Amino acid sequence: MATLLERPDIVLRGRGVVPGVAEGEALVTSQTISGWGGVHAMSGTVIESRHELKGVSFAGKVLVFPGAKGSSGWSGTFHMTRLAGTAPVALVFTTMTTKVALGAVVMRVPSVTELDGDPIALIRTGDRVRVDGDRGTVEIWRATPSA
Amino acid sequence: MVMLTERERAMQGGADGPAVAKAMDLLVRYADALGAERFVETNNVAGVPGSAPPWVKNYYKADGGDYRAVFSRFDLDADEVVDVPRMNAFSCHLQGGMDPELWAEQGMSAEAHANFTADERDVAAHGIQILKTCTPYIAGNVPVMGEHCAWMESSAVVFCNSVIGARTNCEGRESTSAAMLAKRIPDWGFHRPEFRRGQHSVRVEVPVTDVFEWGMLGYFVGQSVEDTIPVITGQVGSPSLIRHKHFGAAAASSGGVEMYHMVGITPEAPSVEAAFGGAPKGETFVYDRAARARIYEQLNAVGEGTDVDFVMLGCPHYSIEQIAEAARLIEGRKVSGNSALWVFTSRAVKATADANGYTKALTDAGAFLMTDTCSSISQAVPKGTRVAALDSAKQVHYLPAIMGIEGWYGTTAECIDAACTGRWAGRLAEPA
Repeated sequence: MATLLERPDIVLRGRGVVPGVAEGEALVTSQTISGWGGVHAMSGTVIESRHELKGVSFAGKVLVFPGAKGSSGWSGTFHMTRLAGTAPVALVFTTMTTKVALGAVVMRVPSVTELDGDPIALIRTGDRVRVDGDRGTVEIWRATPSA
Repeated sequence: MVMLTERERAMQGGADGPAVAKAMDLLVRYADALGAERFVETNNVAGVPGSAPPWVKNYYKADGGDYRAVFSRFDLDADEVVDVPRMNAFSCHLQGGMDPELWAEQGMSAEAHANFTADERDVAAHGIQILKTCTPYIAGNVPVMGEHCAWMESSAVVFCNSVIGARTNCEGRESTSAAMLAKRIPDWGFHRPEFRRGQHSVRVEVPVTDVFEWGMLGYFVGQSVEDTIPVITGQVGSPSLIRHKHFGAAAASSGGVEMYHMVGITPEAPSVEAAFGGAPKGETFVYDRAARARIYEQLNAVGEGTDVDFVMLGCPHYSIEQIAEAARLIEGRKVSGNSALWVFTSRAVKATADANGYTKALTDAGAFLMTDTCSSISQAVPKGTRVAALDSAKQVHYLPAIMGIEGWYGTTAECIDAACTGRWAGRLAEPA
């Protein structure tokens, strides 16, 4: 990919949660996500009423979000997205919980947290993002040049 | 990286067989994700081990498509299928997908019931207790203060931590299934004393003394403190099992509360100072008459039509005290031809209800006493349901959204009146 020959616009450093490297287009939300009852696993879509991502699919995206909420079925629901081929390619999140940790592990997608800048404020939906769960870094290429 | 004891290294190396080794592999990945430094031992695990709908079994067809394949590949997230022995920890199966006898009334197919029966046979064969309830603590698994548990089910987790003073995080399917084999869970979160201290205050300035009021207060608390730990003081009183059960389920649904302190009521809160344990006292939220009225309106925001098709009680699963109350309230009456009444509990509690004649009293009135599941978990409501009435803040939070129906929240008596008249006439009474 041509863009990756260029230096990233932003680099964030934190802690790797699940190892591996993946890149993709960012999908950013400032709201926590429910697994069971909040996500339709077969389509990788958020279904929670009043959620800002309601009807939006995270399949194949780098999901940038505060973390998990709701039922203890979180990991099981996101595990199903891996089976259905609708999982995100990587996770970037800010609040550690048992739900999001276990979900990231069983989705087997590179994941990072505890970053040195707020990823939800700094990353925009559509940005190109590379998540390195081995080094705990997030590299961001802006979809459109910053104003 | 999580530090393993010599024993744990041997388990991961296969000393206790391949299934325990795979369980340790998953638990190590999970502990590293959390940033946990060690494991705690647990001999009290509650989850949903190995049960799976036909779609999941079919996905693992190449691996045999059976319980062994699902447990290895999905529950343990292993890359190969291993023989799964009897579980090593005291292990319990939480709620399931249908009533074992009234499945046809719930709209389930014979194929789905056959799959359910086969899964249950395998669960029992692996030494896992068939509690089939979201309330294990009133169906044969009562932890004690300080006991390390590994439980799923948010309403059971909050009860375990807050009311009993036992210790569990909100675990998931894979971590509980692995813990059943390895008897280990990451030493993180609620297993550690420093994580159990209060973070915010809630001051109750209106009397909260019955189960209906405790549920509304719980819903307010969850909305206020989200997933942090509240310290509750003021006019909350007359604690009992069913009040805590409703309060915790509501707070876990509206906000994700996994532990709460009620000063002078819950075991880790003899005083405000003890509840905070020296931690900063965060924000203060006030529950007064206005807040109470606002919560009542929110819980009834998806209620419009007053013709009630369906009344569901038993979220979390009813205790025997609540079933006795429901049977008393419906005595001499009948469920309306335009409505239906389903009451949910565990099999253990239903055995007592049978002995006491409550099951017969409910059935004679045209209601059903069902076990194992609830309308949200099984996505089962009577055909054509448009408007439901519920006495649970948690159920009214979930069921209308899941099923695309309207929902009313009220007292148990108002719900039973609605079932018998087919009409909703609930209203918020003046505070006691």
